[in-house]
Amino acid sequence: MANVAIDPTVTHEEKLIEDLGYDDHFHDHHHGDKYQSNFITTYIFSQDHKIIAKQFLITGMIWAIIGGLMSLVFRLQLGFPEESLAWLKPFLGKWIVVNPETGMGSLSPDFYYALVTMHGTIIVFFVLTAGLSGTFSNLLIPLQVGARDMASPLLNMMSYWFFFMASVVMFFSLFLSTGPFSGGWTAYPPLSILPQASSGSASGMTFWLISLVFFVVSVLLGGINYITTVLNLRTKGMNMWRMPLTIWAFFITAVIGLLSFPVLASGFFLVMFDRSLGTSFFLSDIFIGGKALEHVGGSPVLYQHLFWFLGHPEVYIIILPAMGIVSEVLAVHSRKPIFGYKAMVFSMLAIAFLSFIVWAHHMFMSGVNPFISNFFVIFTLIIAVPSAVKVFNWISTLYRGNIRFTAASLFAIGFVSMFISGGLTGIFLGNSAIDIQMHDTYFVVAHFHIVMGVAAFFGMFAGVYHWFPKMYGRFMNEALGKIHFWGTMIGAYLIFWPMHYVGIAGVPRRYYRFDTFQAFSHFDELNQFITIAAIVTFAFQLLLVINFFYSIWYGKKVMDKNPWGATTLEWTTPIKPGHGNWPGKIPTVQRWAYDYSKGDRDFISQIEPLAEGEKDEVSH
Amino acid sequence: MEMTLDNTTVGRNRIHPKKFALLLACASIVMMFAGLTSAYMVRHAAGNWLEFQLPILFGINTVIILGSSLALHAAYRGFMRGQEKPYKGLLLAAFGLGMAFLVMQYVGWLKLQEIGVELNTNPSGSFVYVISGIHAAHVLGGVAALAVAVMHAFTLPFKKTAVRKLRFELTLIYWHFVDLLWVYLYIFFVTQH
Repeated sequence: MANVAIDPTVTHEEKLIEDLGYDDHFHDHHHGDKYQSNFITTYIFSQDHKIIAKQFLITGMIWAIIGGLMSLVFRLQLGFPEESLAWLKPFLGKWIVVNPETGMGSLSPDFYYALVTMHGTIIVFFVLTAGLSGTFSNLLIPLQVGARDMASPLLNMMSYWFFFMASVVMFFSLFLSTGPFSGGWTAYPPLSILPQASSGSASGMTFWLISLVFFVVSVLLGGINYITTVLNLRTKGMNMWRMPLTIWAFFITAVIGLLSFPVLASGFFLVMFDRSLGTSFFLSDIFIGGKALEHVGGSPVLYQHLFWFLGHPEVYIIILPAMGIVSEVLAVHSRKPIFGYKAMVFSMLAIAFLSFIVWAHHMFMSGVNPFISNFFVIFTLIIAVPSAVKVFNWISTLYRGNIRFTAASLFAIGFVSMFISGGLTGIFLGNSAIDIQMHDTYFVVAHFHIVMGVAAFFGMFAGVYHWFPKMYGRFMNEALGKIHFWGTMIGAYLIFWPMHYVGIAGVPRRYYRFDTFQAFSHFDELNQFITIAAIVTFAFQLLLVINFFYSIWYGKKVMDKNPWGATTLEWTTPIKPGHGNWPGKIPTVQRWAYDYSKGDRDFISQIEPLAEGEKDEVSH
Repeated sequence: MEMTLDNTTVGRNRIHPKKFALLLACASIVMMFAGLTSAYMVRHAAGNWLEFQLPILFGINTVIILGSSLALHAAYRGFMRGQEKPYKGLLLAAFGLGMAFLVMQYVGWLKLQEIGVELNTNPSGSFVYVISGIHAAHVLGGVAALAVAVMHAFTLPFKKTAVRKLRFELTLIYWHFVDLLWVYLYIFFVTQH
């Protein structure tokens, strides 16, 4: 590579990389970029982690819009069951049943369940797993640990394309004549096994299973790569305690995924055998139309164990990357070191460990032995401890900080708010006794939507606004971003806050309509309010979509390599980093990731050596 | 063909990243079989469980796959010492024994059918079919890797390059892994029945 040190325009950072960087002769081997020689290898079958990250993000955004629109349709049904939905007939076809006499169109109950199921599956797996951890792990791991790319760019590319295949299969299932799967995102038997159980249990479930198996492969390929890259490809000086919290979060997320998704796969394999080959792992004593089925001796609770052994860690797979992003964004935008760096890491490790031994709190009402439930109650409630540590540290990071209220930092602060209010209701639900009243009510819906739905979306938004300049070399519009934030923040609370109230009163989730339940009729207006809030909040999300795509081509150009004044390595790359990330040497790391407002300096990059007598701050 | 980027040569790694990634993949496979075998135990405890004698063939097969592992290890030693004949011969033997294992597993399933344990007779039998079947699928992947290794051995000139050593070691790790996995599963089946 050309020696740039004699050029007078060279910045302080570039000189540091040149003087202290590690020369791996990368560019001697990669002349002419044989990986990215044409359109297809650059933008479609790319092995560059930065492009793959964008592919994950944009696919995730498309799914988020589809999943969000689905929720609006079933919210219309819940809020306005008496209104005609005939105007949706051009979009939903036969799933809107129009009464020929009155012209009243109503949503088919089968499709209502399909919408609920697909909304859950899409948002949990495709948006908040692939779209969140897939995007930011890919983008940030190599950039922040100082690697040229992932350990295996090929596997990384395959990870995306398996996700893409999962997406295609799931998307096709939306158009089946029997509809997509409708037995809930948890796919409990017998609805997931007996094709005759409901219309979505027929081909819809077959497509769902195939799609999810592709998805598991995608997560595993990605996870293997993330872990290997973090452990093996860190640049010189980047020891584990110097890693930014984003990297810790992605690393722990990948470990959880690697250990829990295969168990889900084993459950899926058994479901496939039960569905197609007549085994009876999960079915027993089922009568349809007075005739007993041949399946004997299975146990549906066994499936629930296998499912929730993934299912609970899965919620941490969703929330931990958001936590990592928020930690980083809060520190950068409040110009303060993250408070309690090591406590943050240890609390994430504790959460990850505990996530594997609490799965049965999803099954308190499934006939699990109540004495065994005690064990799960205790461990569930203990999760409050590391969670509270994290919240305390985020607030302490903000305390007396020189906060810049950018769209990114607003969403990070919003995340903390959502995580607190959603986390507190988790303490209610974690008690098996209170769960007798609360289970399967809107209280549960409100809890998990706030704590892992909205909160994880906020983390994702914070990440998008913060790292957009690194992805596209342009800024997103700040004013639009702030409007997006306030609309979403207020809107999300207006949607989910009333649901707690409805849920405590015992209104069950998953019901198609409540008109035969007199006791719930006084919630009609509240349900209408929630539906309107949901529609408005969804409309605010279009601001993000417009802002995102507009800014890719027309946003304000980034002129400074390090627009936020951050310490981490991704901001030492060129504004639009090419394949291999650094044009010359790889920078080496001299200090921890959070030297903000140190002495009289605003920030000190990780590549700058410690001054004489200066200590690395990592010790606490 | 060179897919990994070159900062893997920084020299700080005690283990090659590809080897490490393979071990992680093995860990995830272990978790899947842990899920399956614990499902077996939970289901077993619930009763309505058909007891039957596992055909002796599965025991013989355990010996076969262990033999294959040993042969491959010896082939690796031959490769490292630059002894071409034992390297090629033993590699071929490992591949043959691996194929034999797959065929014999199939015969084992036929034997199970003969004693009246069909796939859908009772969960006790279903689990044996499903677990050994999913294991066989993983062995099939190992056999495919061995087939590539055999092809390389007999078509490429005998030379101990770093790339070929790494490839061999990756194949070796995976093959030992699926063998040990079967030993675990066999002991599990025998002790649980």
